[in-house]
Amino acid sequence: MKTTILLATGICCSVSCKRVPTQHGTHTPITQLALAPVTDTVKMAEVEGGAYTPFFGKKDTTIVVRGFMMDVVPVTNRRFLEFVKRNPQWRRSNVKHIYAEGNYLVNWTNDTTLSPAMDPEAPVTNISWFAAKAYCDATGKSLPTVDQWEYAAMADAKTKDARYKTSYNKDILSWYEKPNTAGNRVDQTPENVWGIADLHGLVWEWTADFNEVMLSGESRKDVSSDAAKFCGSGSVGATDLMNYAAFMRFAFRGSLKANYCVQNQGFRAVKNL
Amino acid sequence: MACKQPVSTSGISDKSIFNLTSTWHTEEGKAIQLNDLKGKVLVVVMIYTSCKVACPRLVADMQDIRKKVGNNDKVQYVLVSIDPETDTPARLKEFAISKEMDGNEWTFLQGTPETVREFANVLSVKYKEISPMDFSHSNIISVFSPGGDLFHQQEGLGVNNRETIAAILQATDH
Repeated sequence: MKTTILLATGICCSVSCKRVPTQHGTHTPITQLALAPVTDTVKMAEVEGGAYTPFFGKKDTTIVVRGFMMDVVPVTNRRFLEFVKRNPQWRRSNVKHIYAEGNYLVNWTNDTTLSPAMDPEAPVTNISWFAAKAYCDATGKSLPTVDQWEYAAMADAKTKDARYKTSYNKDILSWYEKPNTAGNRVDQTPENVWGIADLHGLVWEWTADFNEVMLSGESRKDVSSDAAKFCGSGSVGATDLMNYAAFMRFAFRGSLKANYCVQNQGFRAVKNL
Repeated sequence: MACKQPVSTSGISDKSIFNLTSTWHTEEGKAIQLNDLKGKVLVVVMIYTSCKVACPRLVADMQDIRKKVGNNDKVQYVLVSIDPETDTPARLKEFAISKEMDGNEWTFLQGTPETVREFANVLSVKYKEISPMDFSHSNIISVFSPGGDLFHQQEGLGVNNRETIAAILQATDH
């Protein structure tokens, strides 16, 4: 009998390792729970490795991107809902401000219900970098790096690097003229040569290392040198304006903080090969 | 996986860095969580030991703050490496000794590329690896309350640190 009790206690200790706070008189808040794994069956496409000159960085730098798998569409409301159902610490009423500011899932009806006006197959938005990263961790994937995202996104339907094409740039710029596309269902924009859709035309997307984008201060308030704000800023700066669309993306990334929850920003996941 | 004792979270706000569960290694080779630094005012900077340009200045700025604050065991000065692959505990210890920053009030931390990215995102510090042991990064010294809330940042190099000193001293008074 004693042996059975000891064994049972031992199993209990090794299975539930939550750090439960001691608080008196209130419901137990959820803290530091380990992520519950979530199965994600979205289709992924392979992006073959290659090299490219990125828009932002030292001039004439060539970056090698190793082959990887990428979600063919951004994470939808439906997929993210599954994630928060399994991971209560990421529900709106539980999430900590350090990880997500006030607009987190702001348009959802409640913690585990989408708004009736939302399409479950539209991209999830109003999620912070921390929340997007947690989703990726739970599904065994990662957020794309800026290089991975830019490398996949420079393709159009026929060409791996379409950035020199007028049609490529025109299509992206015409997106900026459309009112709120963030409520649209995923997979409505043309697939690129890798079979991946919606890298343009739907929502901005989080990247793992968005905070490597450093833009020097606005020139109107730049009296002193902003070189002092960033170590090495003399060498890492905007090169030729390869195209306006890329500049928009980098400017947007440079303006973000990781706990921001933006209405027209979502994310997708990758797997490194 | 070891079960930890229940932890009282009273005093830790929703915004506190002590909500992070990442593990770090100090220059003494000790494994800690940020929570282990709870209770002191933390003055935090992100640097890397191979940095030739700004970090020597940032380190001098930290030393200047330390000097002006004076001996105060309610304040801990924390330097977090953005190059955890190079900046091992041994390397951090060597660096600390060479800069005469080996006293108890100085803590150097090595994380992993992932935990460092997460931590930088909490402080809004930006950085990019240009090539091995060569990073571009923002120059920010952050001050946290004993409960881990960020309440002051000083940006730039050789900045007049009067406000930072005042902020630190005010926080130690509570």
